[in-house]
Amino acid sequence: MSGTAATQIGQLARRSVLRTLRQPSQIVPALVFPLFLLAVNSGGLKDATSLPGFPTDSYLTFALAVPFMQGALFSVMNAGTDLARDIETGFLNRLALTPLHGAALLGGLLAGAVVLGLVQAVVYLSVGLIAGADLAAGFGGALVIVALSVSITVAFGALGLFVALRSGTAEAVQGMFPLFFVLLFLSSMALPLELLQTDWFHTVASINPVSYLLAAFRSLLIEGWNLGELALGFAIAGAILAIGMAAASAALKTRLVRT
Amino acid sequence: MASRELGIEVEGLVREFKNGPRAVDGIDLAVAPGEIYGFLGPNGAGKSTTVLMLTTLLPPTAGAARVAGFDIVKQGGKVRSAIGAALQEAALDPLLSGSEHMRLQTALHGLPKAERSERSAELLARVGLAEAAGRKVGEYSGGMKRRLDLALALAHRPRILFLDEPTTGLDIQSRTALWDEVAGLAKEGVTVFLTTQYLEEADALADRVGIIDHGRIVAEGTPAELKAEIGRPTVEAVPRDPADRERVAKALAHFGEDCSEAHRGGASVLLAGGESQLADVVRALDAEGIAIERLQLHAPSLDDVFLAKTGRSLEGAGGGEADEPGSEEMEAVGTP
Repeated sequence: MSGTAATQIGQLARRSVLRTLRQPSQIVPALVFPLFLLAVNSGGLKDATSLPGFPTDSYLTFALAVPFMQGALFSVMNAGTDLARDIETGFLNRLALTPLHGAALLGGLLAGAVVLGLVQAVVYLSVGLIAGADLAAGFGGALVIVALSVSITVAFGALGLFVALRSGTAEAVQGMFPLFFVLLFLSSMALPLELLQTDWFHTVASINPVSYLLAAFRSLLIEGWNLGELALGFAIAGAILAIGMAAASAALKTRLVRT
Repeated sequence: MASRELGIEVEGLVREFKNGPRAVDGIDLAVAPGEIYGFLGPNGAGKSTTVLMLTTLLPPTAGAARVAGFDIVKQGGKVRSAIGAALQEAALDPLLSGSEHMRLQTALHGLPKAERSERSAELLARVGLAEAAGRKVGEYSGGMKRRLDLALALAHRPRILFLDEPTTGLDIQSRTALWDEVAGLAKEGVTVFLTTQYLEEADALADRVGIIDHGRIVAEGTPAELKAEIGRPTVEAVPRDPADRERVAKALAHFGEDCSEAHRGGASVLLAGGESQLADVVRALDAEGIAIERLQLHAPSLDDVFLAKTGRSLEGAGGGEADEPGSEEMEAVGTP
């Protein structure tokens, strides 16, 4: 990477991080809402642990994987909305008039998602452990959970950038949020895949990548070190990131029609 | 060759949008180095589309243009490195401070790290934002945002500056401050392409003016040349007693051709001998013993040029007649 490109990424990343930290309206809901749902679900569904084959006797431990995914979905909205606002206000045109590399723009914008992902992961995990959740993989597992959470947050953030570049409006980005949430609900969010009895739901959840991302978190929380589950989780996060960045790069070329 | 490298040359530039009219319909123009070129026209005339093409942000449908000696289609990157631009809306991040904007802009333009802080401080001081540099832009007034926009456009020392309606929405004080800054830049040799819908802005700042309407340039020249094309100044006298209108018209008839508009309640003539006849007009009206409610000398303005070329007045022209340069009004002269 050339010095210029590194400088550009660094400066845009700095801006993205500053923007994220200066908007409590982005950070607070992304922290509070998933934890609220965690409290509700772990209280209301705790009897599910008595089902034969349920992997743990603590529903809180099982459910603690979900906030990491919900937090990642917030990054779709936050990263995408920020970029869409740049398009709406003409800030993207300002950037386009500089010798800016497209990849630097996308990379810099995702830096905000990294910070948000870090803060979210640490808060979710800390609150979960304080509330009594297990962490079978120990301190090392906690670090991997944070790393996986950040990876997924960045991957979903790239999808947000794509939607922003395609649509050019913050409203369109925010309109995608419920669709991503449906993806979460149609997964093994509430029960392990093996215990989903309804055929169509089991089929959908089985092909839903979110189920395997949840499984990677749960492996560290419940089992300890399951390298297969972890590798699949990171691979899916990497694939979503690759697809998101490829789509966002293509959309950026269309959006930035500078000669 | 050196002059071409600092100027703008446009030939038959066209921009068509899907299912829309030709926003820019074959314009030709040339801007000399160090010149302030005022691109004057109403909303929707094609000013901003032209700027977007010349700044490489919008490919033209047809035609050619060279900015700083570089082709806007084939050498977009070189054009961008030579120009600075403050586009129509001051596109700033409300969550960043003025100095953070400058830091980002200077870095993206590749200024050496050691130079960035110095250049940022120099430009912020130049546009009068040194004290507000640490404040978030969301707290800035419209004028402050426009001045920061100008400072950002100058970050990499461009040879050509595009300003797209830089003073729209600003109060007179902020507008005047920005005019001074732009005039100062031109004195330093920067070529300025300025779009505006304010007549007085083009009149006060521009060395030459191009008037655009419906995507076509309908007139071009120095403000003085354009006004001279329209002709002589007019004087309008409104009697205190409306019954005296005919007497006023008769007294004024000695000074030139009648151009009265009946609805205005007075009489107007094109002064055959120019502005110097105003004193004679006053004396003639006084000699007739006509009490005058209002006497106004109206020098040709760019609005008159626009009216003559397009058949209508320019939208968004700031202020009334009395506010335009060249208008002088005298109240209640010739009282018996």
